[in-house]
Amino acid sequence: MLKKFFYSQKIAPYVFILPFVITVLLFWVAPISNGVLLSFQDVLKDEWVGTKNYSRLLSDKNFFKAIFNSVKYMIGTLVLLIPFPMLFASLLNSKLMKRSGLFKSIYFLPALTSVVVAGTIFRLMFGEASSSLANQVIGLFGASPIKWLKGVNTSYFALLLIACWRWTGVNILYFLAGLQSIPTDLYEAASIDGASKWQQFKKISVPLIKPTTVYVLTISIYAGLSMFLESYMVFKGNNSPNNIGLTIVGYLYRQGIEKRAMGYACAVGLILLVVVMLINLVQLKITGTFDKEEK
Amino acid sequence: MKSKKIHDRYATIAMTILFIILAIMIILPIYALFIASFKPGGDLLQYGLNLNLNLERWSLDNYILLFAGKHEYWLWFLNSIILTVISVLSTLAVSAFVGYGFAAYSFKGQNVMFVIVLIILSIPLEVVMLPLYKQMSTWGLMDNYLSVILPFMANASTIFFFRQYLLGIPKSLLEAGRIDGATEYGIFFRLVVPIMKPAFAAMAILNGMSAWNNYLWPLLVIRSSSKYTLTLGLNTLINPYGDNYSLLIVGSFFSIIPIFILFVCFQKYFIEGMTAGAVKG
Repeated sequence: MLKKFFYSQKIAPYVFILPFVITVLLFWVAPISNGVLLSFQDVLKDEWVGTKNYSRLLSDKNFFKAIFNSVKYMIGTLVLLIPFPMLFASLLNSKLMKRSGLFKSIYFLPALTSVVVAGTIFRLMFGEASSSLANQVIGLFGASPIKWLKGVNTSYFALLLIACWRWTGVNILYFLAGLQSIPTDLYEAASIDGASKWQQFKKISVPLIKPTTVYVLTISIYAGLSMFLESYMVFKGNNSPNNIGLTIVGYLYRQGIEKRAMGYACAVGLILLVVVMLINLVQLKITGTFDKEEK
Repeated sequence: MKSKKIHDRYATIAMTILFIILAIMIILPIYALFIASFKPGGDLLQYGLNLNLNLERWSLDNYILLFAGKHEYWLWFLNSIILTVISVLSTLAVSAFVGYGFAAYSFKGQNVMFVIVLIILSIPLEVVMLPLYKQMSTWGLMDNYLSVILPFMANASTIFFFRQYLLGIPKSLLEAGRIDGATEYGIFFRLVVPIMKPAFAAMAILNGMSAWNNYLWPLLVIRSSSKYTLTLGLNTLINPYGDNYSLLIVGSFFSIIPIFILFVCFQKYFIEGMTAGAVKG
């Protein structure tokens, strides 16, 4: 009887998705609800503190600095890692471009490196010695050596450069995949009508790869807002001069792991979660995922 | 007509130059790491990473240190291999099972569950990392590989990929299996799994890459240096005592090699796995 129940076509789908349901309950729902509870506690003293953690956040300068840094980093990556890869992908996709496969593979290489290796390479390239690569390059233009990782703008530049190095190739691949799904006769028709390549790019490619763009935009927003390790590697730990490299997740790590203020850190995490969920809702709304799934 | 040809030719040349410059910029950091691996680690500390060849300072000392020195590098390397293989196998098995459930059936609650897949797909792990960490320590799973593997077996993005892939298989195949008397699970294991090979390959590579390079979560839950993975171990070398920098540089370079070899052999699957989410059907 039980066997028959287990093997029936009505029950089977639930057996199939059971591992996912268990994972969601154990590793997402439980920690998130636990995080909510912890955020109203002082975990070390093991007592309830009401909304004290949240009100403390509102007057915490470092928390706002972390938000500012994360948002600034995210905006930088959006500006650099969407238009340029999109343009490069269109050029690579052109019939005039030979050996584009080779370039694609080369551009993908940095994505194979771990953040530890990439961060180490860039930290040493942006070293303070006059012979570090970054200082050699500006030396060519007659500038004297800079302490790159001690200044606000120069370290921002270094972090963005790591992001560009690692993700330009991947984003090019995303956009290429989108471009290849556009029927070529659209471009042929346009060029017969006398549209220039630039017009074709603006009027055909850009609108038709919108789903890809939305996808890349969303993952870049998440990745940008939750950036931590790049900064952790470049600054050799979670402490940067004047907190110039402090991010939201870095602050969460500092409070929760380094200072053992778990309740306070959970409040930080929940705020990040709410922001991410809001972006998520907007994105699902724009792409119409809800409508599609309900049909 | 002729002028158009010439015009096209110039365009090709201009684009090729642009892409060659970009390629050089992308390769430079890896090249710098490569040449640094032949120079004394102390040079790095003193001069930073640069493109100076300084051939007179070259030696194989770092490589001798890597292969014959007294350190835990190969233990970390082995740990990373073990952890990567177990994570990939378990993630593929569990996620394929779940993905098939979503693709092959219509059942009550399916849409809600699928929206949950999509939502989880987009929550960064960092958001739940602290309570999850606390939970792992309550369960006594600290310093245990189970805490690195278990939470990610039913992986949302892998489930999503398998579901998309399996939506494409004809329902008649499943019906034929039922008529032949196969059970629901028999159909999955005997008929569906064999035709999923390309999907398995793409996801094996994607998950393998992220397991090999995983850092933040293991940093929280793995404690003893005998259990360190390569990324954790490498990062303990950033404090410049003794030979640390020599090992750091040659070890970093060497850690890219397994993935690089896989990439060269299975490039198609890398690209497929990577771009799977971008063009949703």
